[in-house]
Amino acid sequence: MNWTTIFLTQHVGWIDPEMPDKPIGDYIGGVAHHSPLNNVAVWQIEDKHWQQFAITAVAENLRWVAGWAEQANEQFIVNASFEKNGVYMVLRTAINASKPELPSQATVYPAANRSERHTQDMFGIHFIGHPDNRRWTRHQAWDKHQYPLRKDFPVQGEPAEITPPDMHYDFVKGYGAGVYEIPVGPVHAGIIEPGHFRFQAVGELILNLEERLGYVHKGIEKIAEGRTPESLARLAGRISGDTTVGHCWAACMAMEQAAGVEIPSRAAFIRGILAERERIANHLGDMGAICNDVAFTFAQMQFTRLRELWLRTHASVFGHRLLMDVIIPTGVSRDVSEQSCELLKKDSVMLRKELADIMTAIDLNSSLEDRLYTAGYLSPDIAAAFGTVGYVGRASGQNFDVRRDATYPPYDQVTFKVALEDQGDIASRFWVRHKEINASLKLIEQFIQLLPEGEISTPWTTPTIDSEGLGIVDGFRGEIISYVRFDTDNKIARFYPRDPSIVNWPVLEKLVLNNIVPDFPVCNKSLNGSYSGNDL
Amino acid sequence: MLSLFKKTLTTGIVTEKCKAPKDDELEALGITIKRRIDKKFSGSIAIRAVDAGSCNGCELEIHALNNPFYDIERFGIHFVASPRHADVLLVTGPVSRHMQTALLRTYEATPNPKWVVAVGDCAVCGGEFGQSYACCGAVSNVIPVDVTISGCPPTPLALMKGLLGLLDR
Repeated sequence: MNWTTIFLTQHVGWIDPEMPDKPIGDYIGGVAHHSPLNNVAVWQIEDKHWQQFAITAVAENLRWVAGWAEQANEQFIVNASFEKNGVYMVLRTAINASKPELPSQATVYPAANRSERHTQDMFGIHFIGHPDNRRWTRHQAWDKHQYPLRKDFPVQGEPAEITPPDMHYDFVKGYGAGVYEIPVGPVHAGIIEPGHFRFQAVGELILNLEERLGYVHKGIEKIAEGRTPESLARLAGRISGDTTVGHCWAACMAMEQAAGVEIPSRAAFIRGILAERERIANHLGDMGAICNDVAFTFAQMQFTRLRELWLRTHASVFGHRLLMDVIIPTGVSRDVSEQSCELLKKDSVMLRKELADIMTAIDLNSSLEDRLYTAGYLSPDIAAAFGTVGYVGRASGQNFDVRRDATYPPYDQVTFKVALEDQGDIASRFWVRHKEINASLKLIEQFIQLLPEGEISTPWTTPTIDSEGLGIVDGFRGEIISYVRFDTDNKIARFYPRDPSIVNWPVLEKLVLNNIVPDFPVCNKSLNGSYSGNDL
Repeated sequence: MLSLFKKTLTTGIVTEKCKAPKDDELEALGITIKRRIDKKFSGSIAIRAVDAGSCNGCELEIHALNNPFYDIERFGIHFVASPRHADVLLVTGPVSRHMQTALLRTYEATPNPKWVVAVGDCAVCGGEFGQSYACCGAVSNVIPVDVTISGCPPTPLALMKGLLGLLDR
């Protein structure tokens, strides 16, 4: 039986108080006419039960997935999504805009912490009892009492000529003999995205790390409003440049659901090929970078070489090295010819052979083992408590993959193995990536073999006002959630993308503990969170 | 260890020849100051990359410049860890307002003479994000820009040509 049914029969007391005489079944996913989202159940509850629901949910082992809000006239609609056994649901409540407050779920779910702080900064909703109500996304680009995602906030805002630096963020302090602080960033030494890390250390040992992100906040949620579906897809493809396929797919899936558009089977298979190729390209880059961070240049050079070859095939087959804008609402923009299929197949054979050589050389290298094994340990318990997803979760025993557990075309037509490790260290995150590459290679081969004939896109139907969609896909970092609600005239009213980094970043603060400061770069790279995808 | 050497030997040298850009290509990149730069930097430049709100797409391609195919260091172009060691700032992104002061300070920390290269459509004109409460738009809205390299993201080849344009030819 679906857990939502059991959950509802046990805890139905406070679900949908406005329509108490409707049978329970009507509020469960699959019964489309009562759920505004046709793939997941939406449960409307009273605001006072918000935290109570989280307490019950955590006891039932539900994973907290995403949280977002929206302004609707004199109300704020607040949503939180949960998952168990691959079944998702959305919890929804309405609160009065004149006194916007809601009991915090972050007291129960650490994963909800930053998300609620984001909502607090963007909407001015106060989360009662939140364990940490410092600002998060807001630095100094707008005033304390302004909230960019409210309707009365103009997209241009009222920025100062020069936005001052964010000087007075209240970092956790360390005290005691020999304890010192290292501030790092926002501009880092390497060619990476900006963010601030504050370490407390004794000697070389890290006592505490605090992340301060938000430096690349680009107002993606705000500038998404009023866009057309094509334009939103382009924007979604630039939420995080390395996950362009993943985010674009999630956003398109949400829009297609809202519009009731079903993409042709061939388009779904091509999307699958794109997503797996993106996963491989990024894993190759990450594996090289992890080796580079422990000064093993041989592997770095070999992996970057393979990545380059891989990207060149992207350019010749799909017209873009990073695969941007190939996925469009209604399907894909480029077909793959017979010839291209051959090229893709050859590419997979090449990579498999090359990797076999390189991994043998790496496996025999004890200096690499010394650095990667036991470093950056993330226990399965902490990974579960934070709702960690993707390779970070899967390296710490979190056996979840959207492609398998909440499957969607084309993954519903193939069989594959989800890579899993339980050591939880950097080596695990390295080997999980290797296993995922092999699984993806097999997937690509299956997709090419099963690639159906037919169209690659289908006509678009303008969705009615308030149509909603929730796109859930597995990007290379893990589960991506994309929420879309339409306005009139084919325009976007609300877009919220939840990059896997949003739930994975917090565990970096945990896994670096008791490591030495010089190992921070490799710990960070093994997680490889997206700053841009986090800051929006 | 033997398997490592074997792989290195069998891989061989994959670095590709890269022709110096022609004049019309340089013009397309907006480079009109190359002769001046030749004199100042004597054929070698140190670059500090600054991400000012990019989606990370441009960074991925800047990274690719160091892979064995492009190996940009052979031209005397190398990336440094501090703006104080840099001749050139390579700036990406639509300059998020939260990064504005950081970018200005990085610019100030770079010794003269210095050049700023705006990389990618966002840095060149604001790109998909444009100007808003959260973004300043083009890099030239914040600091003076000398060279622009467009593309979303620009390919390593476009980056290479743009950077070689700064050097003695």
